[in-house]
Amino acid sequence: MPNMSLKKNPMPVQDPVERGRNFKEVALGYDEATALDEAARCLNCKNMPCVSGCPVNVHIPEFIAKVREMDFEGAYQVINQSSSLPAVCGRVCPQETQCESKCVRGIKGEAVGIGRLERFVADWHNSHCTEAPKIPEQNGHKVAVVGSGPSGLTCAGDLAKLGYKVTVYEALHLAGGVLVYGIPEFRLPKTIVQKEVDTLKALGVDVETNVVIGRTLTVDELFEMGYEAVFIGSGAGLPRFMNIPGESLKGVYSANEFLTRSNLMKAYKPDAATPIMHARKVAVVGGGNVAMDAARTALRMGAEKVYIVYRRSLEELPARKEEVEHAMEEGIEFRLLNNPTRIIGFENPDDRRDPRNGFVTGMECIQMELGEPDASGRRSPVEVPGSEFVLDVDCVIIAIGTSPNPLIKSTTEGLEVNRKGGIVVEEATGLTSREGVYAGGDAVTGAATVILAMGAGKTAAKAIDEYLSAK
Amino acid sequence: MYKIISKRELNPTVTMMDVEAPLVARKAQPGQFIILRVDEDGERIPLTVAGCDKEKGTVKIIFQIVGASTELLNHKNEGDFIQDFVGPLGRATRTEGLKKVAIVGGGVGCAIALPVAQKLHELGCEVHSIIGFRSKDLLILEDEFKAASDKLIIMTDDGSYGEQGVVTVPLKRLIEEGEQYDEVIAIGPLIMMKFVTLTTKPYNIKTIVSMNPIMIDGTGMCGGCRLTVGGKTKFACVDGPEFDGFEVDFDEAMSRGVMYRTFEQEQREHVCNLFKKEVQ
Repeated sequence: MPNMSLKKNPMPVQDPVERGRNFKEVALGYDEATALDEAARCLNCKNMPCVSGCPVNVHIPEFIAKVREMDFEGAYQVINQSSSLPAVCGRVCPQETQCESKCVRGIKGEAVGIGRLERFVADWHNSHCTEAPKIPEQNGHKVAVVGSGPSGLTCAGDLAKLGYKVTVYEALHLAGGVLVYGIPEFRLPKTIVQKEVDTLKALGVDVETNVVIGRTLTVDELFEMGYEAVFIGSGAGLPRFMNIPGESLKGVYSANEFLTRSNLMKAYKPDAATPIMHARKVAVVGGGNVAMDAARTALRMGAEKVYIVYRRSLEELPARKEEVEHAMEEGIEFRLLNNPTRIIGFENPDDRRDPRNGFVTGMECIQMELGEPDASGRRSPVEVPGSEFVLDVDCVIIAIGTSPNPLIKSTTEGLEVNRKGGIVVEEATGLTSREGVYAGGDAVTGAATVILAMGAGKTAAKAIDEYLSAK
Repeated sequence: MYKIISKRELNPTVTMMDVEAPLVARKAQPGQFIILRVDEDGERIPLTVAGCDKEKGTVKIIFQIVGASTELLNHKNEGDFIQDFVGPLGRATRTEGLKKVAIVGGGVGCAIALPVAQKLHELGCEVHSIIGFRSKDLLILEDEFKAASDKLIIMTDDGSYGEQGVVTVPLKRLIEEGEQYDEVIAIGPLIMMKFVTLTTKPYNIKTIVSMNPIMIDGTGMCGGCRLTVGGKTKFACVDGPEFDGFEVDFDEAMSRGVMYRTFEQEQREHVCNLFKKEVQ
C-alpha cells in the first residue's frame, strides 16, 4: 500500500541560528526510515511523468522502487545509468520545477521528495560502496572536454562509459567548475564534488588542471593532438555590473569573485592565504541562486546584517524557493522592489592618505513599483520618483549575471556565437558551427542551472558517440 | 607540479626563477602573464612572464618579495616544485609596425619591460630604454637592457648610480630633443605609469601601460581585476593587461590595489615568523 500522506517527509536541517554561523551543510539528509516512508509515497505511475521533467531522464520510479525494496545500491545503479553526478543533483537541482513538478502526487498535496531520495541513495552509495567502477573496454577514440563543471563532467562520464578515452581540461587548479568555485560548502560539500571527480578518474578519464583552452592550447591544437571531437563546457563568463557610480570602490565584489574567494580559495577559514572582506553590513544585489549563495556566505562570515536588494517582488525572485526560505530563516533581510542607483564611498578631503578612503559606506537605492509585463512575461519594475534612500552597508556584492567568456570564441576560427556571445549549437545534438566541436552548459545558454548543463553534456556525449561511430 | 630549474637572486628583494612548464613556454609572449600557487593552500598570484625558453620548456619569472606568497616562493630552491602554474594569460604586447619606441621601466617592472624591449629590438625597432630604481643596490638586468636597447638611461632616486631623479625627467628630455616615438611603453608602479602618461600626453605620443591589479582566476571569471578604461569597465585578465595609458583611471586602480594591505602585511609577518622559527 502506498503511503497516502499529502505531505512529503520534511528534510531535516541544521537550526537556522546555528547554521548562520557555520559552513556545514544546511540540509542533513533523510535517514533510512524516512527514505523508506517517502519512497512509499511513489505510485509508480505507468507513464512516468516525472521522468519527462528530468533533463537527464533519470528512471525515477524504477530507482524509488529499489529504495522501497531496500536495495539502495541497486537504486544508485539505476540513477547512475542516466546521471553522472547523483549526489550533486540530489542537492542542487531545482526539482520543484522539474521532476517533482510533474509528479501525480503533487496534484493533491505535495510531490514525492524525488530529490531528497536521490540524495539519500547517492550518499548511501558513497558511504557504503568502496568498489572502484570497472574501466569499460576502450574503443580507441579520443575526445577532449573543455571545462570540468557539470556539463563537462557529465559529457566525460558518459563517453568514458562508452569506451572513449577522455581528457578533461580545466583552467583552474581544481576540477569541478561552478561546483567548487561557485556553490558554497553549506549547500554542496566539496568532498562530494571530489568524490564525483574521483569516480570519473576511476573510469579512466584524465583530468588536466591548469590548462586554459584558448590560451595554453587552442581547440585546433586539440585536434592536432589526436582528439577526434571536442566538447566545450567552459561555463559562464565575466560578471556583469550595473554601470552605476561607485562600482569600483573597495568593498564592491561581483558574486563570482566573492564566492570564488570563499569557496575555491577557502577565504572563509581563519588561516586562509587568500583575503576576503569580513563585512559588517552587506547588500547583495540580485535575486537568483547565486545572490542567495553570496548573501548566506556573507552571513556565515560574521556579517551582522545582510540584505538582498532586488528590483522586483518576491513573486518574480528567480532563486529556488527552498533557497529563499532558507535565507529568510537565517535572517537575511529582503529589500524587494528596490534598485541601487549609486554606491557611496568614504572620502576624507583633508587627508588623501586616510586608509578609510575609497571603502564603501553605503548604497543609495530607489523604490520601484511593478508596471506592465515585459517580453519575458514578468512585470517590469518602474522607479518611484523621489523615493531614494541610503542603505547603511560596507560591502556590496553584485549578483546580476554574467556574459560569456570571449577566450575560446576569439581563438577558434569558424565558431559561431550569438548576439550575446553564447556559442551557437544545434539543440538536439549540441553540435557547433565547427565539425566535431560540440558545446553545452552556460557557455551556450548563459547562466542557468547545474542540471540543464548536465543535460546538455549528456546530449552532446550521445551525439559525439554517433558522430565518431559513423566515422 | 612544476619544477624550479634555476633560481637566482637579482637583488636582495628580487628573485628570478626558470620554471618547467612546457605548454606555457610554447605559447608565452612578452606582455602576457601566468598565475601560480606556491603550495596546496596557497593563493593564486599573477606574475608577468619575464621570458621563456621554448626548447627547454621553461618560463622565466622575476618577482619582488612583497607578501606572504612571494616570501614562500622565495624559500623554494632549484629542484623544488611549485604546486600550480597556468598560462600564458592576457594579451601579448602589440609590436606590429613600431619603428621607434621608448620603454620606461620602474623597479621590478623592468623584468617585464625587458622581454618587450628584446622583442622590439629583434624586430628591428629602435629601442630607447629608461629604467629607474630607488638605489644602485636594487638595480637589475642592466646588461640585458644594454643588449636590447639602442639607448639606455638608468635613473636612481638617490643618485647612487646613473642619473639622479625619476624616469619622466629623461623621457621628457628625449622628447624635447626631438626624438619621435611611435609609442611609449611604461611598466612599473602605478604612480610611475600615471606620471609617464602625464608626461607624454601633451605631446600626444601613444602610451601603453601594463596593469597588474588584484586577480584570482585570471581567465575571465571573477571580475576582481576590473579597471576603468575610457570610462568603461575592463578586465585586465582578458582585455589586458596592457591598456592605452591615457584612458586608464590610475587613481581608482591605486585605491583598489591596496584593498587588502593590512591583511597582506599580517600574512607576511606570519610567514616570516614561521621561517624565523625554522631557522632557530
